[in-house]
Amino acid sequence: MGMTHIIDRRLNGKNKSAVNRERFLRRYRQHIKKAVAEAVQKRSITDIEHGEKVSIPTRDIQEPVFHNGRGGRREIVHPGNREFVTGDTLPKPPSGGGGGGGGQASNQGEGMDDFVFQITQEEFLDFLFDDLELPNLARKRLKDTEAFKYVRAGYSTQGVPAKLDVLRSMRGAHARRLSLGGARKRHIREMEQQLKELQETPDIADPAFSKKDQIQALQDEIKRLKTQVKRIPWIDEIDLRYRQHVKQPQPATSAVMFCLMDVSGSMSQMHKDIAKRFFILLYLFLKKNYQRIDVVFIRHHTSAKEVDEEEFFYSRETGGTIVSSALKLMNQIIDERYSPAEWNIYAAQASDGDNWNDDSPVCSKLLSEEILPKTQYYAYVEITPQDHQMLWYEYEKVQERYPNSFAIQQIADAGEIYPVFRQLFERKAA
Amino acid sequence: MTEPISTGSEWTFELIEQYHEEIRKIAEEYGLDTYPNQIEVISAEQMMDAYSSVGMPVGYHHWSFGKQFLNTSKRYRRGQMGLAYEIVINSNPCIAYLMEENTMMMQALVIAHASYGHNSFFKGNYLFRTWTDASAIIDYLVFARNYVSECEERYGVEAVEEILDSCHAIMNYGVDRYKRPSPISAAEERRRQKEREEYLQRQLNDLWRTIPKPLDGKGETHRGRHRYPEEPQENLLYFIEKNAPLLEIWQREIVRIVRKIAQYFYPQRQTQVMNEGWASFWHYTILNRMHEKGLVTDGFMLEFLQSHTAVIYQPPFDSPWYSGLNPYTLGFSIYSDLRRICENPTEEDRHWFPDFAGSDWLKTLDFAMRNFKDESFILQFLSPKVIRDLKLFAICDDEQDPTYEITAIHDDNGYRYIREQLARQYNLSQREPNIQVWEADVRGDRSLTLRHVPTNRVPLGEDTDEVLRHVHRLWGFDVHLESVDDDTVVAEYHCPPQTVPEEEFSED
Repeated sequence: MGMTHIIDRRLNGKNKSAVNRERFLRRYRQHIKKAVAEAVQKRSITDIEHGEKVSIPTRDIQEPVFHNGRGGRREIVHPGNREFVTGDTLPKPPSGGGGGGGGQASNQGEGMDDFVFQITQEEFLDFLFDDLELPNLARKRLKDTEAFKYVRAGYSTQGVPAKLDVLRSMRGAHARRLSLGGARKRHIREMEQQLKELQETPDIADPAFSKKDQIQALQDEIKRLKTQVKRIPWIDEIDLRYRQHVKQPQPATSAVMFCLMDVSGSMSQMHKDIAKRFFILLYLFLKKNYQRIDVVFIRHHTSAKEVDEEEFFYSRETGGTIVSSALKLMNQIIDERYSPAEWNIYAAQASDGDNWNDDSPVCSKLLSEEILPKTQYYAYVEITPQDHQMLWYEYEKVQERYPNSFAIQQIADAGEIYPVFRQLFERKAA
Repeated sequence: MTEPISTGSEWTFELIEQYHEEIRKIAEEYGLDTYPNQIEVISAEQMMDAYSSVGMPVGYHHWSFGKQFLNTSKRYRRGQMGLAYEIVINSNPCIAYLMEENTMMMQALVIAHASYGHNSFFKGNYLFRTWTDASAIIDYLVFARNYVSECEERYGVEAVEEILDSCHAIMNYGVDRYKRPSPISAAEERRRQKEREEYLQRQLNDLWRTIPKPLDGKGETHRGRHRYPEEPQENLLYFIEKNAPLLEIWQREIVRIVRKIAQYFYPQRQTQVMNEGWASFWHYTILNRMHEKGLVTDGFMLEFLQSHTAVIYQPPFDSPWYSGLNPYTLGFSIYSDLRRICENPTEEDRHWFPDFAGSDWLKTLDFAMRNFKDESFILQFLSPKVIRDLKLFAICDDEQDPTYEITAIHDDNGYRYIREQLARQYNLSQREPNIQVWEADVRGDRSLTLRHVPTNRVPLGEDTDEVLRHVHRLWGFDVHLESVDDDTVVAEYHCPPQTVPEEEFSED
């Protein structure tokens, strides 16, 4: 029978199916994207902590094979007869009848019609932002980092008094004193010992052999050395140590997202829903790229107001439209709370394109001169199936000046949000 | 009385070895002849990997395996599926998997079931001996996987996927049912691959030498000339591999790979009842023997019987859990009853089975395992007692009748009828539509015509057009499929569809 091997394979790779799973997701990415897009609409703007259940009609993922259809004559053997006897006839179910008695019940939660599986949060977001890249992000991160932080970088011998490190300096001084004075002091001690010995022994009478000269010499030498030792400074300039700091570029990992929306009478609930979905997308998108995100909601009609999410999307007001009021408020908030040195600033503005005509040039000026120089990206979506108005044309001019950080798009209905979003944030070639 | 090997439900490698040794001894007692065993302990995730690749330890990449994997893992997480019983394929050595979560009893059960039950079946049954080569399969699968990924690198994942999709669609028609195929060998494949490329191209050029003559071509071939192929061909994939006009060499190789793998699994599809029945019969017999020898405790046996009963449970036809006859139940019942007929034959048995009632049961079972496939096995060995025990009955559904009719039940008049009927049910050509290559119009428009011969007027299912599109992708020219019943064409399928103006087949 041969040898039997018992092998522990548990530590071998377990992700043998990863490639096949990935292939499956790739093949059905259209389905999955659709499911993801639908899920986004149902979720709250900050609810992105979990994956998603995706369901694909079984029909779409079936692998077709030749098989027998309904009809003709077929005879099937079944188990569990109770009361049938040969020759019995049974009525067929009215719907034309399938194969006799082979009805398969589903004991699963879902119907048998759907193939349901789970994608992870990571996959969820990947599908959502497939191919997208945050505009100018790479540049901002790699080149334009404007925020710095000072970090300790050891000690230096030069510096301003404010950075003097007393402890370090004193320790250096002590060491210097020891090294400069140590040998002399030892020498002094030795000579003092000699002197003491000489003085304690009785002097020899013969002046030729008298110790007086010797004693005198020792005393002179000791005195000389002692003066030298005294001259070693307690603290010297070379002892001084200053704390050293270097400027290190600090990538900003925070972003602030301004949501600007027109809530004047001309904006219907439908408009707002579309705007909301657009903002959600933007939020999700930023969330993927930044550790921390602040969201500022600014609503406006003739005057602008900073509000919370609830009020932003759901309360109604009427009145005319002055878009510049919102831009002014945004600019003010940036100056007060979000220094462009520390924050990546994004803004999305949704409107039906309505504005008081005289105001549009004001908007364009505000954007070009104040806001755009500070922001990473500013997206304007005009939710209207109709022709553009003054504001759009003004914004087009702005776009010419800031082609990389300012984008305008038109959305006519909900179905266009995602494509437009993609277009706005499309991966920029090189 | 010996001491039981262990009393707890925990397993260790030493215990597995001890249990295995005892199981091996018992299997030897019963004369089971097996390939060497390789037993691998794996985790649940690895088991799911194994499941999703139909048990193939290596396989080429394809999205359908990913689908299988998602499905398996979902069902496993929901607890709808005890993973696990056994996945084992016909290879030498025979590889069986033990899942680490299992109890000691379960491990012993799987060893008996897979390493001795299935293993001896693979080694003994004539279909496996004829159609597959256990010593070469792993090698071949590695060859196939490498070849496919090479193609993916060279021609792109999508191009390869398209070909694989199309091949999978007619994979069941990639088998020589009657001819003994040449054995699989990876070394041979590699050696001949080059040769084949040159030869094949030459042969193709011969076949398609004539420039198509769309005007007079068609009528002429139908009447005067020889039809090509002269005899209808049952192996669609083979025919395509050798004759499809437009396939690139690498595409032909992929067709060949799918065909070879289909052929490898062909015996599996024809011996479900026999194979599962055999393995279940032996795990049952071997573990009972262990109990007799005092090697396992009563607790072990209780746990075992619970698992065993679940495996061979047959819900009645009107139960919500019913999904056809359970092959484990049917096979296990037939083998168990064979043993009974040999050991304690009744009058009825002597009447029905004069050849072996009262004979040596080991020899009889061995004979039954070796020389049959499901269809003939049932026809030979399904006893009246098993028909009674399972309360089998036959029901006829004829489209032309307003009602179903019960044609036989488990009584004296019905046994033979039910047996024949059930055997027919396991005939593959009954379960799958009979479709063959009828004609390739080599002188005319290069179209390929397939012919379907319905059994009992059963038409083709609704996937037919879809499958035909795959055939069209492989063939490259028009593909027709005719259902011909009694020389009358009862249905026609065309790709591209004939009523609609020409349309390229594109997949979304």
